[in-house]
Parts: sequence; C-alpha cells; structure tokens
Amino acid sequence: MSVKPTVQLENVTKIIGKKTIINNISFDIYPGEVFGFLGPNGAGKTTTIRMLVGLIKPTSGKIHICGFDVRKHFVQAMQRLGSIVENPELYKYLSGRENLQMFARMLPGVDDERIQEVIDLVDLTARIDDHVRTYSLGMRQRLGIAQALLGRPDVLILDEPTNGLDPMGIKDLRLFIRKLVDETGLSVLVSSHILSEIELLADRVAIMSHGKIVKVGSVSDLVGAQSAGVDWRVRDSFRALSILQESPHVQAAELYDDHTIHTLMDESKTSILNEALMKAGIEVWTIERKVQTLEDLFISLTGGDHIV
Amino acid sequence: MSNPNMLGLIRNEVMKIASKKRLPIVILILVILVSMFTYAQYREIQEKIEKQGTLDWRVELQQEIVDRQNRLASSGIQNDFRQFLEFDLKQKQYYLDNDINPNYPGAPTFIRIFFSQGITLVLPLFIIIIMADIVSGEYNDGTIKTLLSRPVRRWRILMAKWLTVLLYTSMLMAATVIVCYGISGIVLGYDGWTAPILTGFQASATGEFATEYIHTLPMWKYLLMSAGLAWVVTAVVGTISLMISVLVKNTATGIGSMMAVLIAGTLLSSLGSSWTSSKYLVNLNFDLINYLEGQAPPIEGMSLPFSLTVLGVWTAGCLAVAFWNFTQKDMY
Repeated sequence: MSVKPTVQLENVTKIIGKKTIINNISFDIYPGEVFGFLGPNGAGKTTTIRMLVGLIKPTSGKIHICGFDVRKHFVQAMQRLGSIVENPELYKYLSGRENLQMFARMLPGVDDERIQEVIDLVDLTARIDDHVRTYSLGMRQRLGIAQALLGRPDVLILDEPTNGLDPMGIKDLRLFIRKLVDETGLSVLVSSHILSEIELLADRVAIMSHGKIVKVGSVSDLVGAQSAGVDWRVRDSFRALSILQESPHVQAAELYDDHTIHTLMDESKTSILNEALMKAGIEVWTIERKVQTLEDLFISLTGGDHIV
Repeated sequence: MSNPNMLGLIRNEVMKIASKKRLPIVILILVILVSMFTYAQYREIQEKIEKQGTLDWRVELQQEIVDRQNRLASSGIQNDFRQFLEFDLKQKQYYLDNDINPNYPGAPTFIRIFFSQGITLVLPLFIIIIMADIVSGEYNDGTIKTLLSRPVRRWRILMAKWLTVLLYTSMLMAATVIVCYGISGIVLGYDGWTAPILTGFQASATGEFATEYIHTLPMWKYLLMSAGLAWVVTAVVGTISLMISVLVKNTATGIGSMMAVLIAGTLLSSLGSSWTSSKYLVNLNFDLINYLEGQAPPIEGMSLPFSLTVLGVWTAGCLAVAFWNFTQKDMY
C-alpha cells in the first residue's frame, strides 16, 4: 500500500516486573479502515491501547501516530488521536457540555461551534446540559465518542465500545462508526472480546492471545479462507460416518452428536455423497454448509482460550 | 502562545472543584466556628464586667501579670515552662509600661487571634478538605485516563493543579478575613484597624528578654503579615497534600496521612525541646505567627527565616517527588 499508515506499532514489548505482558507486537492501521482488535480478557488489548495513548510506557519498541512518536512527540501525536480507554471516564459531577468544554480547552482550535457539532453528531442535544451522573451507559458512551471526536482526529480508538450496550445500541454504534469512517476517512481501532461484533464491524482484524498477536488479516480473508465444512444430520450416524470417511471427496469427518457429522470436504461433491448415503438406505435429514467463523478460527489459533 | 494555555488548564481545575462545592462547605464550617467563638467571646466579656464591674484592659493585664508572678514563685515547674512564663510576663509588662492594649477590642483583633490560633490546624485542614482529592480523585473516578491522553504534557497538567492549590489558598485567606470580620464585628464592633500592636519581641541567644527590636505596627499591617504567613503555611500543606494525592491513589488514605502530619506537628511541638533536630521537620515549623507575637520558639535556634527555609526546602522536595512520579508513572 502506498498510503501511509496512521498507526504504527513496531516490535512493542511491555514487561512489568518479570512478567511479559505484551510480547513484541507489530501492526499498522491505514486511513479509512476499521481495525478490529480481538482477544479474550487479559490478552493484552487494553495494555496495548494504553501504550498507544501514552498512558503506559512500552519497555521497548516504537509507536507512531501519523508519523509522530508517542513518547518523543506526545503532544503532536495526541492531537491526531481521540480515544476512549475502557469505559468512557468522564466527570460525572459536571454536565455533558461542561465536560466537552473542558476537553476543548486542552485541544487546539476547538470552539463552541465544534462542540455543538459533535453534540449533534452523537445525538445528545436534548440532555447535554444535564449532569453526566444522570446519563445511561449508552449516553455516556456517546458522550465519550463526542469527546474523542472533538479535535477532529485522524485516529479514533475505542476500547470495548459495546460494553453495557443493548443490541439496538450496538447496532447503532456499528452504523455510526461505519458512517464516520466513510465520511471522514479516519482510522478506527476497535477492541473487543466479542467475535460477532468485530466480524460485522471491522475491515481487518488482529487476534491477540497471551500478549502476542497470533494473526492479522482482513475479515473476508480470515473467514472462509479454509475449505468449508458441511454438517450432515442423519438417522444412522455410524453407518453414514463410515461411508463419508471412505469417500475421496471428504478430507475429514467426525461424529459431533448422535445424529450430526461434521465434515471438511469439497462442497461441489455434496450431491454425490448424498446419493451414496441414500443408496445405502440412510435417511438424510439436513445438509448444512458451515462457514468458518472468526470464532472457529480463533479457537484453532489460540487453542481454545476463553472467549464469549 | 502555547495552546492549550495554562490559564485554560487552571480554569478546568477550578471548574472541577467548584462543582464539588468544597469552598462553600469550608466557608459554612468557618461561619459556624466563628459564630461560636464570637459568642464565647461575648460571654467572657459579660462575665468580666460582672466580676470586675469594669472593662479596663489595664486592670486585666495587671491581673494576668500577678498570675504569672505567682506561678513563677511556686516551686516544681519545669525549666521550659518557667522560661515561657518569664518571657510572657515581661511581654505583658512591656505592653502595660507602654500603655498599649494587646487585645484592643474589635473585629480586627478577633481576626488576629483567629489567624494566630488557626495557622497550625484549622486553616491547613480547610485546604485539605478542598484539595485532598485533586489528583487521587481522578484516579478514583478513572478520569485520569481521559485527562492524560490529551495533547498536553503531564507536567503542565500537574502544574495547573498546583497553581490551583495556590489560588484556593488565597481564596481561603480572603474568606477567613471576611467571615471573621463580618461575624465577630456584630459583637465586638468593626473598628480597630489602626490600633497599635507591638511586634519584634525576641529572645536573645541566652533566652533573655530583649527589647531592642520591639516596635509598634498598625493592626492592619500586622494582619496583612499574619495572613501572609498563614498563606505560606496553608500553601505548604496544600503542596504536601498534592504530593500525597499523586502518590496515594485512595483519597481517604491521603486525607488520613495529611491529618497525621498536622496532628503529629502540634503534639511534637507541645512535647518540648529535648529532641532538637525535630526542628527540621516540616510540621514543627507551621506556627509562623508565633514569631510575630514574640513567643519563645518551641525549640531553641528556631526563627522566622529558619522556619521559612525549612518550609521552602520541604515544599521544593514535595514538588520534585510529585512531578517526577506524575510524569513517569504508568497509568492503569
């Protein structure tokens, strides 16, 4: 790609005490893409994000935001970055507007007009002068996003943005992020431990486990890259299993439960196999194509780490 | 101009403190305290009039002198205390000889006494109430993460917080003067700004009473000096509590340790002078108004410049620790 990345991590390691929390990770994020950061709790996602926003010093390695080193040119780097680290931590005893005014004073070139602009953008106009402590979690999340967008950043970092949101809220957030990226061309880094979320939202994904990045790739490449699986539901699964295992078109077949067989096979040969089963007098109930989900991939990559 | 500028950062801090309504609470406590003291003062005056039939300060001062003489004559008082009494006696005698009322009745005298009594405990306590959670509160609420991922260097944020401590120290001094004056004046009257007051009493190296530096000051000037010294002490306490606020993430623990520092100071200074190197402790140097009044210092060798130097060194040390820790620390 000839486009310059907005976020660059180069061999970043964080050691606390004797424990290696983050082990030599590298990735780039480009303008106009949503980058998913996936891993179970404790994999090191939040630690990585804290290093990105300058809250934690990496033990070694370099982090650049739009070409500015986070440690050496902290101010310039942060001017190009908006973030929510973990929950949107705002001043509960101030109103939403006061919060934004306060953060605006810490950014160059943000006036009242811009403040109103982001309030409208996240649709908080009606409640903006109420105390934040009276806000619902979803509203706090939106105020957090407003805060992150105040300085017209090139990079937006959202750490577990769907925590505590209802399904409707999650969908709204997804559409909002997509629209934002399409309109402004910024880069978004979204972390999550929920696979389905990232799958729908992200263009590219980094999968993290035990402080390491185990895989980076586009969602479409990762999902469905491997040959497809086909699930067979039959009455007599033992006999069916032996027929399927003997077939040259099937690479693997295993019994899943009393009536279900998972196979990994060339899906164009489904009807041939179906015919073979019927000839043997085996009742076939359903044949289902199983697309490999991020979840399958994740389990195969991390050896079944805890994941929701 | 650097953007964001320091003034904007200070405004942010003021906004946070103002919305917690700490200063109004402190002023309320002040009003209650001052009202009680004023009433106590009022009762005392009434009692004196009943007993003596007069309010002549000369008679009163004479009685106090006799009282001191009697106590000095009795055996079995400690050496330190004897010295203190002798000094006090001579001071009172000096006032009487020069026909100056040491307690000219009126609100300004009330302010003078309030500062003199409040400098070691009450005023520092107030600044702790206002300021103790200025950093630790951000840890507790988690807002530190949002605050420190702004395009503003960490030292500037802490500097803004420290300057806010100094700003509130100044407001606290102003509030103290106004509340004391307004309330005590109802009973004691509002004049007395120009009444003369003596200062410059000094113990010579041998502990003798020396008169060569004694001079009179108008009350307003003396009060200005008192308030200035109280400002210094309160600002020092505010700075120490800022450091503790940076180091200790829990606000309650922070307030507790600050209270321990203050109370240990008052206890130690009343315990006496055997442990002479304790004069280098910060909390033994809080009673700066003592030097204006010309009381014997708690430990030999202490003077106003000495105490100011000790306070200055401690303040610089606390700031260095606070800034170092705040700018280097990983924030989780």
